[in-house]
Amino acid sequence: MSILKSNLDLRSETYLQNRAVMEGRLADYQKLVDEAVLGGGEKYRDRHRQRGRLLARERIELLVDPDSPFVELSPTAAADTEFNVGGAVVTGLGQISGTECVILANDPTVRGGSMNPITVKKMLRALDICRQNRLPMVFLVESGGADLPHQLHLYLQAGEVFRNITALSSAAIPTISLVFGSSTAGGAYLPGTSDYVVMVDQQAKVFLGGTPLGKMATGEDADEQELGGAAMHSNVSGVSDYFAVDEHDAIRIGRQIVAGLTYRKLGRQPDRAVLPPRYDAEEILGIVSADLKVPFPVREILARILDDSEFDEFKPNYGPNLVTGFGHLHGYSVGILANDRGVLLNEDANKAAQFIQLANQVDTPLIFVQNVTGYMIGTEYEQKGMVKHGSHQINAVTNSTVPHLTVQIGGSYGAGNYGMAGRPYDPRFLFVWPNGKTAVMGGEQLAGTLSIVARQSAASQGIDFDEEADAARTRTIEEQINHEEQAVVMSGQLYDDGIIDPRDTRDVLGVALSAVMTNECRGQRGYGVFRM
Amino acid sequence: MITRILVANRGEIARRIFRTARAMGIETVAVFSEGDATAPFVAEADTAVALGGRTAAESYLDRDKVVAAAIRAGADAVHPGYGFLSENAEFAHAVEAAGIIWIGPPPAAIAAMGDKLEAKKLMVAAGVPTLPSVEITATTDVRAEAESIGFPVLIKAAAGGGGKGMRVVDSVAQLDDALAGAQREALNSFGNDTVFLEKYLPAPRHVEIQVLGDTHGNLVHCFERECSIQRRHQKVIEEAPSPALDPELRRRMGAAGLEAVRAIGYHSAGTVEFLLDDRTGEYFFLEVNTRLQVEHPVTEEITGLDLVRQMIRVAEGHRLDVEQDDLTITGHAIEVRLYAEDPANDFLPAVGDLAAWSIPSDPAARFDSGVEEGSTVSVEFDPLLAKVIVHAESRHEAAQRLALVLERMVIAGVVTNRDFLVAALRSPEFLAGDTHTDFIEKVAPAPRFVPSRDDLARSLAAVVAFHQAEQRASARHLAFMPSGYRNSVMPPQELRFVVDERDVSVTYRSVRDGGFDVWVDGATVALRVVPVAEVRGGIVVEIDGLRARFDLVRSDLRWHVRGPAGSLDLVQIPRFPDPDGATVVGGQIAPMPGAIRVVAVTVGDQVTVGQTLIVMEAMKMEHTISAPGSATVIEVRCAVGDQVDNGQVLVVLEEVPA
Repeated sequence: MSILKSNLDLRSETYLQNRAVMEGRLADYQKLVDEAVLGGGEKYRDRHRQRGRLLARERIELLVDPDSPFVELSPTAAADTEFNVGGAVVTGLGQISGTECVILANDPTVRGGSMNPITVKKMLRALDICRQNRLPMVFLVESGGADLPHQLHLYLQAGEVFRNITALSSAAIPTISLVFGSSTAGGAYLPGTSDYVVMVDQQAKVFLGGTPLGKMATGEDADEQELGGAAMHSNVSGVSDYFAVDEHDAIRIGRQIVAGLTYRKLGRQPDRAVLPPRYDAEEILGIVSADLKVPFPVREILARILDDSEFDEFKPNYGPNLVTGFGHLHGYSVGILANDRGVLLNEDANKAAQFIQLANQVDTPLIFVQNVTGYMIGTEYEQKGMVKHGSHQINAVTNSTVPHLTVQIGGSYGAGNYGMAGRPYDPRFLFVWPNGKTAVMGGEQLAGTLSIVARQSAASQGIDFDEEADAARTRTIEEQINHEEQAVVMSGQLYDDGIIDPRDTRDVLGVALSAVMTNECRGQRGYGVFRM
Repeated sequence: MITRILVANRGEIARRIFRTARAMGIETVAVFSEGDATAPFVAEADTAVALGGRTAAESYLDRDKVVAAAIRAGADAVHPGYGFLSENAEFAHAVEAAGIIWIGPPPAAIAAMGDKLEAKKLMVAAGVPTLPSVEITATTDVRAEAESIGFPVLIKAAAGGGGKGMRVVDSVAQLDDALAGAQREALNSFGNDTVFLEKYLPAPRHVEIQVLGDTHGNLVHCFERECSIQRRHQKVIEEAPSPALDPELRRRMGAAGLEAVRAIGYHSAGTVEFLLDDRTGEYFFLEVNTRLQVEHPVTEEITGLDLVRQMIRVAEGHRLDVEQDDLTITGHAIEVRLYAEDPANDFLPAVGDLAAWSIPSDPAARFDSGVEEGSTVSVEFDPLLAKVIVHAESRHEAAQRLALVLERMVIAGVVTNRDFLVAALRSPEFLAGDTHTDFIEKVAPAPRFVPSRDDLARSLAAVVAFHQAEQRASARHLAFMPSGYRNSVMPPQELRFVVDERDVSVTYRSVRDGGFDVWVDGATVALRVVPVAEVRGGIVVEIDGLRARFDLVRSDLRWHVRGPAGSLDLVQIPRFPDPDGATVVGGQIAPMPGAIRVVAVTVGDQVTVGQTLIVMEAMKMEHTISAPGSATVIEVRCAVGDQVDNGQVLVVLEEVPA
C-alpha cells in the first residue's frame, strides 16, 4: 500500500496561471450549461409553467431519491450545431427507489420537445448505456415527435430507438415510460415499446395520427382525449398501465414501479470503506497545463481522485510515459492507465497490454486517464516495432471485458486515442475535461503535414508551388482543426458522455463505476493472439 | 414496622412514593390497569399486581380489587397517593379492616372533610374564616340565594375537587345553564349531583397550608404553598413560599390551618386550602385535602422534609421528628405541571406516544415523572407527564432556571403545555409575583413558542442537514458521495413543512465545500449550512458561521426540533400527495377521543357561529363543539353515547354564503 505524495507548489507562477486558464474554460463551459438548462428560453419555460407543468429537470429532481447523486450525461450536446444546446432532451444516471437507472426526459420547452438528429443521437447513446450496463431506463415523455424539416438525418435513426427499447426488454432490462404530454406519431412507440407505461390525466396524448392528420386522412373530427388521453389508454386501449391524476402522481407511480422491480446488481461491490483523497480536488485546476504542449504530472491528479490517495503502481520504472497500477475509487477496486507524458513508446504500449490483461484476470474495472499525443514515430521506434506494440495495446483494450471508464484530461490524438480506450473502443463512459482536445493530430501538425504532402506532390509533378495559397490554406485548415478538436465541439457531437469539471472527476467516476456494476464485471480469460 | 408498601396509584406519584420507601428500606408493590402494564412505575416496583380493567373505575377506583391486591402481595401498608381512592374513607376503612396499615389521616377525618358543606360547618364552628355559601336542593330558590350572596357566585360540586362540576356565574341569565352543567358533570364524575353556591372572589390568590400530625396529638404546619395559577380550575404552577405572605400573615394562616385540622382530629399529611384576598389580607377556608398533594415537592424543597417519609413514620406510630420551631424556609421552590394538553386549544388533553422524552442534566431540576421515552399518554387518566421542580436561592432565579430546564427538554409525539409554562414563568407578571387565580386569563402566556423568521429558518436548516444525513446514511449505493451531488445545473432539492398552519418550503443545494446553500420560502432567508457532526439525537451545524446543536426527533412526518432559540414542531409535507388522503370538507371533528353526551342539531338545521352542535365528554371534562360560522347541517355522524376517536368527523356542515 503506497500513498501518492504531492509536490505541488500552490504559490508557483505556473500553478496560478494554470488555474486561471482552467477557471476561464470552466466559466465558458458553464455558460453553455446555463444555455442548455434554459431549454427553449424564458418565454417557453413560462408558457410551460403556466400550463401547470413541471420542467424536465424538475421532473427528474422529483423522481430521484432525495440527496442521492444525479450525473447528467452530455449536458451540452448540440453545442456548436444549429440546434439548441442540450439537444431537447436531458439524460443522466440517477437512483430511483434505491435502484440506479438511466433517466431520459424530453425538454418540452425546446420546440415542443420534438426530436432533432442530436436528440436521437443522445437517446441512442442513453439506450446504449442501458444495454451495456444493464440499467433500467425511465423515460419522462413529452415530445412533439420528429422535428420534421430535419427528417433526413433523423427518420431512420429514430427507428433504432424503438428497436433498442424492445431489445432492452428482451435482455430483461426494464423500460418505463411516464407520459406527461404529447407522445404522438412515431413518438407513440416510445411508451408503446416500454415495459411499463404511466400516463398523466389530461396531459398525456398518445396516438399515431393527431386530429389534423386524421381529418386529412379519414375526415374524422376526433376528440383528443378520446383519441389518445390517459383515461382512454388506461381504461380502453391498454396502452397505459397506470393512470396518474397529475405529474406528481405519475412520478410517485414511477418510483413505485422501480421499487417493485427489486432489481439486483450483478457486478462487484465496493470492497473497502471509502476514504477521501488526502489532497484537495480543488488543486487539480492548477495542475493541468494551460498549454497542452506542456506535460503535467498525472500522479498529482491521481492523488486527488483515488481513495486515500493510495496507488499501487505497476512497473513504475518500465515504460514511464504511461502510469499503471491499482487503487480504489469510492470503495471500488480499479486499475488505472494514465498518460504521464503525451507520447506512448514501445515499452509503454507493452506495459499497457500486460496491465490490461492482469486487470481482466481479477475482474477489476479499468480507468483510462487520457492525455495522449499518439504512438511514437520515427525510424528508431518503427524498427523496434511500434506498430506491433501499439497493436498489442489496441488488442488488449478491444478484447478486455472488464468495464472501461475513460477520462480525457488533455489531448487525445492519433492511435493513442484508440489504445487509451477512446470513443471508438466503446468505454462504458467517457468524460472529458474542458481543456480536452480530440483529433487525428493537432491542427498545426495536420495543416503542416498537408502542406508538406502538397509541396512534395507539386515537386514530383514539376508544378510551381504557390506559397501564398499554401499559407492561406494551411492557416484555414489549422483553424478548422483547432476549432473541431475542442471538447465543446466534440461533446456537442456526442463523441463523449459530457464535459466535466476536473474537480468532479472522482465523484462522476464513482457514479459511473457504481452504474456499470449493475451488470456483470467479468474479465476476458482467453485473449486474442498478440503479435510479439 | 412497615416492610412492604402497596401504592394504590399510578404514574409519577407511585414512583415518588416508591423512591422514599426504597430509601427507608421498605419493599414496594404496584397495582396497574391494563393500559399501564408496561408503565415505568410498574417496572420499578418490587412486586406488581394487575387490577385488570381499562378505566379508572375498573381499576384504581375499585376498592375491592386494590385491597385484594394488597393482601395478595403481602403488603403491610397502603399509600393511596393523591386522587383515586386517596380521600375515600370507606377505602381507608377497608384497608384497616384487612389488617393493613393505612398511610394517611384517620378515616373519620377523611369522611368529615369529604363533604364540602359539612366540612365548612365544622370550620365555622372552629372559628376558621369561610366564604358564605348555600347548598342547593330541589326546593332552593337558587336565584334568591345567589343574589343574596352577590354575583359573581361559584357553583361547585359537593363531592368534587379538581375543578370538575364547577362553574362561575356572573349574572342571573347564566345561572340555569351553569347549574345544569355543573350537576351533570358532578354526577358523571362523582356519582352525586349535589352542588352548592358560594361567594366568588374574582381575583384572589390560592394559598394553602401544609400540615403534618402524628397519632400522639402533635401538629405542625410546614408553611404555605401558593397555587394561584390555574387553568380549568386546576393548578399548573405552584410555589413556596408565597410572594404575597409576610411573616405575620404566614403565622396567622399557619395557625388557621392547624386550627382547621385540629378540629377534625387529624394526623398524617394534609393541606388546608384558603383563598387569600391580598388587597385586604382576608383569607377564607376552601377545603382540607386529606392526603398528599400533587404540589407537595415545593414544600419539601424549602423545608428539607420528605413528606412521604413523615407519613410513613406517622403511620408506624412514631412521633413527628420535627417541632414547629425546627421548621424554616430555605430559598424558593417552584413547580410546574407539565401536561399533555394543548394550551392553544383551551388546554384540551392530548394523547399520543412520547416519541422523545429527555431531561437536561444541566441545569439541575427535580423531575417527578411517570413517563419515559416511548410511553403512551392515553385518554383514560390524567395527562400529567411530569412535575418539574426547581429550588433556588431566590424566586427570580428559580423561575429563570425552571424556564431554561423546560426549554431544554426534548419532548416529541405529544402536544404539551411546555411552551406555555416557559412563557408564564418568564412573564413580567410572574416575575413580579403578581399571581392571582386570573393569571392565565390576564397574562395570556403564549400557548406555543413562535420563533422569529430567522430562528425558524435556522431550525429548518438544521432539519435539512439532519434529513439529508439520514438519507445518505441509509443509501444503498454510493453512500459516500457528496450529498445531492449534481454535475450540471439542476433545480435545488426541496423539503416542505407545515409550521404553525403555514406551508414553508425549504430548498437546498450542496456546495463544493461540503456545506449547503439553504433557502427558506423562496429566497426570503438564505443560509450557508455546514454539518459539523452528527450527535445522538441531533446534529451540530454551523449556520452562517454560528455553530449550534439541534436536537431532532422524528416520528414519521412529524419533527420536533430543539435548538438554541427554543423548541419547534414541524410536520413534513410528503413529496408526493397521498392518493387516498382526501378529507371531508366542512366536517366538524372530535378534538380528542371521548363519549358523545349531547347531539344538539339534526340534518337540515341552520346554525350560526358559536352555536352548540355536539357536547362530548372526554377526560372527565365536557367539550362543546360549536359551529365555526353560518352553515347548514348536512350530516350528523354520531349519536348520544357513541365513543368517538380523535379526528373523527361528527357533523358535516355546508357553509351558508354570507
